Amino acid sequence: MSGSQTLRGWLLTDAPTSRRHARLASLYKGWLSLRSNTMAMFGLGILVLLLLTAAFAPVLAPYSWLAQDLGNRLQPLGTEGHLLGTDSLGRDILSRLIYGSRITLYIVALVALIAPIVGLLVGTVAGYAGGWVDVVLMRTTDIFLAFPRLVLALAFVAALGAGIENAVLAISLTAWPPYARIARAETLTIRSSDYIAAIRLQGAGPLRIITKHIWPLCISSLIVRVTLDMAGIILAAAGLGFLGLGAQPPSPEWGAMISEGRRFILDHWWVATMPGLAIFTVSLAFNLLGDGLRDLLDPKDGGQ
Amino acid sequence: MSMLDVEDLNVWFGDGRDRVDAVKSASFTVAAGESFGLVGESGSGKSTILRAITGLARNWSGRISIDGASLSGAKRDRSFYKTVQMVFQDPYASLHPRHTVDQVLGETLHLHGFRDIDARVAKLLDDVGLGNRFRFRYPHQLSGGQRQRVAIARALAGEPDILLLDEPTSALDVSVQAEILNLLTDLRDARQLTFVMVSHDLAVVGHMCDRLAVMKDGEVVEIMGVETLRNHQAIHPYSAALLEASVVG
Repeated sequence: MSGSQTLRGWLLTDAPTSRRHARLASLYKGWLSLRSNTMAMFGLGILVLLLLTAAFAPVLAPYSWLAQDLGNRLQPLGTEGHLLGTDSLGRDILSRLIYGSRITLYIVALVALIAPIVGLLVGTVAGYAGGWVDVVLMRTTDIFLAFPRLVLALAFVAALGAGIENAVLAISLTAWPPYARIARAETLTIRSSDYIAAIRLQGAGPLRIITKHIWPLCISSLIVRVTLDMAGIILAAAGLGFLGLGAQPPSPEWGAMISEGRRFILDHWWVATMPGLAIFTVSLAFNLLGDGLRDLLDPKDGGQ
Repeated sequence: MSMLDVEDLNVWFGDGRDRVDAVKSASFTVAAGESFGLVGESGSGKSTILRAITGLARNWSGRISIDGASLSGAKRDRSFYKTVQMVFQDPYASLHPRHTVDQVLGETLHLHGFRDIDARVAKLLDDVGLGNRFRFRYPHQLSGGQRQRVAIARALAGEPDILLLDEPTSALDVSVQAEILNLLTDLRDARQLTFVMVSHDLAVVGHMCDRLAVMKDGEVVEIMGVETLRNHQAIHPYSAALLEASVVG
């Protein structure tokens, strides 16, 4: 008990004694304030469950996601051995959802890596450099923004060929412009501040200023935007899957599963509804977490 | 010999019809080891002169030379940053909100090419009267006076000869102002610094400076010794009025 008390005190000190201590203390304070936000913790809980599900899919799934049983097709919810019923080929829906979480995470992780990084690069360079660099980069961004997202993604997939990787690429290519906009707006306010002038007076070059001084302040608002966008990304991936341009059958991608279930939606509603509920739950979780992170990371609060 | 020479300096913002002339034909010289004050009301262009010297204000004409070497444009080389440093007005705005004191000073020392960064950070904190326990704090964990001490430590990290002070105490409480001014006086004695201090507070300038220039609407109207200030012997009517207005009791 006293051990945990001193650890808490050590983490909550306002006079840290080393670089590592200072970093851990500020992380711990962030965690404390996130923990007091019930909805955000709820979202985080769901996402942790999703991660665990994806990691232990072979252990958790009662059947293989490929195992067909044509004599047992379109069984309703709660059937013996098939908790969430079976689809048109007699495959266990629960098992497919569990394996499908891997694909969902894969898509989300790749898009969340590509789009904000591209946006951050474009936005901060445009904002810091100004002049014609700014004009060229931001008008390009405007062109991408002017297209409806799913239509542009459709065009990319049509050009590149159907498949998860191409779907990810297409979604990323359409998702970066808003990040660039945010990053540029943040950069414009940051670049004229005294602390940037101060580091310039120490002889810091543009590369150091952008990466070490501007990025850390942009990243928090981008992280928030990413988590709020996650739902949209999952839905875009599901939408492409639904249109037959994302994951291909027999892949258990959730959007593709809805697409398959569509044919039976009137008589066998659960086939399309279960993957729909899964998409809904994960999207909701990302939104809740994003909202909590916004409260936590908003740079206007100065990290207090 | 003169450390800083400003001759016929004009600084302006904007172009064409939007052009605003912030400084008009200002000239003054600051000798090595001297403490020179720039006083005037808000918008009289005193801070702009400092920003032109440091290259933060891009549009200027005239001649600025540091220790005999003329400056041009907005580009400054490494030796300039080693010679001239600046302390900003608002310590709440001049420190990066996500960098600890250690990061701020460490990066500055790294940029100036020092190797023994750990020892130097400790020494700098000690010099400005902050103990090592402040080393890993973020700016929001410091008071205004403590932040300004960090900002002063950062300015001193490169061991400059000239320190430009842009109203270094105007954002602080009165009690803290005196501490910071004393710290600056001590540091100047210890390091033989040349000060150029911008202020609208004549008491501060009278306390800190040897000579001062009075500015009005972008022009230097009078340059006088601090004795003239104390004896109220200003010649120009504006500076006489300024002195008159600042005498309280």
